[in-house]
Amino acid sequence: MLNYIWGFILLAAVIFGIFTGRIAEVGEAAIAGAGEGATLVLGMLGVMCFWTGLMEIAEKSGVIHCVASLLRPLTRFIFPKLEKNDPAHGAIVMNIAANLLGMGNAATPLGLRAMQLLDERNCGKKRASNEMCLFVLINTASLQLFPTTLLLLRQMTGSANPGEIIVPVWIVSISALFVGIFSAKLFQKRG
Amino acid sequence: MQFSDLIIPLTVFLIILFGLFRGVSLFDIFLKGAKNGLNSTITILPSIVGLVTAVSMLKASGAIDLLCHGLSYVFKPLGFPSEVLPLAILRPVSGGASLAILNDILNSYGPDSFAGRVASVISGSTETTFYTLTVYFAATHAKDSRYTLKSALLADATGILLASVAVHFFLN
Repeated sequence: MLNYIWGFILLAAVIFGIFTGRIAEVGEAAIAGAGEGATLVLGMLGVMCFWTGLMEIAEKSGVIHCVASLLRPLTRFIFPKLEKNDPAHGAIVMNIAANLLGMGNAATPLGLRAMQLLDERNCGKKRASNEMCLFVLINTASLQLFPTTLLLLRQMTGSANPGEIIVPVWIVSISALFVGIFSAKLFQKRG
Repeated sequence: MQFSDLIIPLTVFLIILFGLFRGVSLFDIFLKGAKNGLNSTITILPSIVGLVTAVSMLKASGAIDLLCHGLSYVFKPLGFPSEVLPLAILRPVSGGASLAILNDILNSYGPDSFAGRVASVISGSTETTFYTLTVYFAATHAKDSRYTLKSALLADATGILLASVAVHFFLN
């Protein structure tokens, strides 16, 4: 999909630039924009290194397990049909904990493992089980406690208080997830 | 001193303290993780360069401004900044493209403007829905994801609309 979007943006830029008589600016943007893209990534490099390094310490010291055990009552409520000691439940909780802590590298393998276990419970049927749908839904919500990239980008563009958006972000993501789960439970009843 | 000022220092403190108690060789493990961070950040460079360039060119052509201007007649009365709409549209589709657009919004209008704040909240509270859905279901035999996409997009729409309400309420 991105192949088409990216191509479309570039074609639209050139065609539009000719019509508005700003084609010279479009040409300049092609050069300047590429530099800006590289500057953006290189500017993020330091913080990304520091933060993933710190998160590696958190992972090694078992913070994920602590957060996971705190989350268990909540996930048992969302996935009532899963057995308490089901490994699928374990993988689900660990995935959510890793997401919360912003450990994307750890979250994805755990999430895929959980999906495969849920797939086994579903006997490999073509129709996804409610647990699978709900679990994917949770992963399409942003649960990260610290949106690191966002904070960094705000700081790099000169925000007086980069962290001021954290509390609104939490409230909005929880509300969005709630609407998602609530709608899912309604759709389930319809079959 | 505000709560948000405390979050980052406190996180660093707790992680280090916890690691110390658990006998983790702090700096060695830090370096290992930091190297992974270096690699994964460098790997996204080509795609970010491609997307930021495309967005810059579209911006320079005047197309984004015209689109936002047109849409502002519909969205301004609702209290939603039309400058943020390109982000709202691309957010569920591509992480890289929405990073490029967010960067553009923060640079053009400032991170502490209404549009900059709403764009920030949207980026922080939504995910690349289509990508996640594809990757996760690809790991299974399930071909029919039933209501997952509907619910996920409903959640995204909630996040996008609520972002401007939350910024109005908490920050402006």
